Amino acid sequence: MSEIASNLELNCEGLNCPLPILKTKKAIDSLNSGEILKMIATDPGSVNDMASWANRTGHELVAHTESAGVHTFFIKKK
Amino acid sequence: MSDTKKLAIIASQGTLDWGYPPFILASTAAAMDMEAVIFFTFYGLPLLKKEIDAKVSPHSNPAMPMKMPFGSKDFQSINWPIPNAISGNVPGFDNMATMLMKETFKKKGVATIEQLRGMCQEFGVRFIACQMTMEVFGFEKEEFIDGVEYGGAATFLEYAADADISLFI
Repeated sequence: MSEIASNLELNCEGLNCPLPILKTKKAIDSLNSGEILKMIATDPGSVNDMASWANRTGHELVAHTESAGVHTFFIKKK
Repeated sequence: MSDTKKLAIIASQGTLDWGYPPFILASTAAAMDMEAVIFFTFYGLPLLKKEIDAKVSPHSNPAMPMKMPFGSKDFQSINWPIPNAISGNVPGFDNMATMLMKETFKKKGVATIEQLRGMCQEFGVRFIACQMTMEVFGFEKEEFIDGVEYGGAATFLEYAADADISLFI
């Protein structure tokens, strides 16, 4: 899969719940509608949490990939 | 927005372990576009102090795992069986357990309570301090962080009456 172009990148490696969600919220607030945030996390709980967060807030979780315990999320701001 | 979900929390405990959940849940709720209010009462009130001096007490939490935040992975996974006679009687035991828990949290990338409290405020979470408890325990507004509201049971219940989630912690 070719890399999705993102407008902003947020590194949450090493951070644990709820910091990846809180930082994602702050980052998404700084974007305009339709722009893409790339978030990288190592917290395994962030997989379900990001899906729930996107569900609730309405921002679209465009893609999620995992490689050696590193999760990459692409979120499109609503 | 009328369909905004509302979270109402009563924070009644001020130890390091019990101090976390109200701030974790309220900040996350706000990050999920919910409204959140924390009502601080009884032993939860010190969580509003400028300097949070929360400690953990293994003696009163028998199921608490006692693990070391340093050494090899195998060493760190050992759950040390501490007899009650030690956890309850050795001076400074709570201080040591608090230090170990803080160190573990830091190593695991968990935010400090102060950090989470700051993010709550940044996200617009409302903090209400129980006026009655302040009188009883002799707390002054000057000891608390800025941005705190003051009220009683009715103030909290007015908000909680329309809350979708209400938690007593």
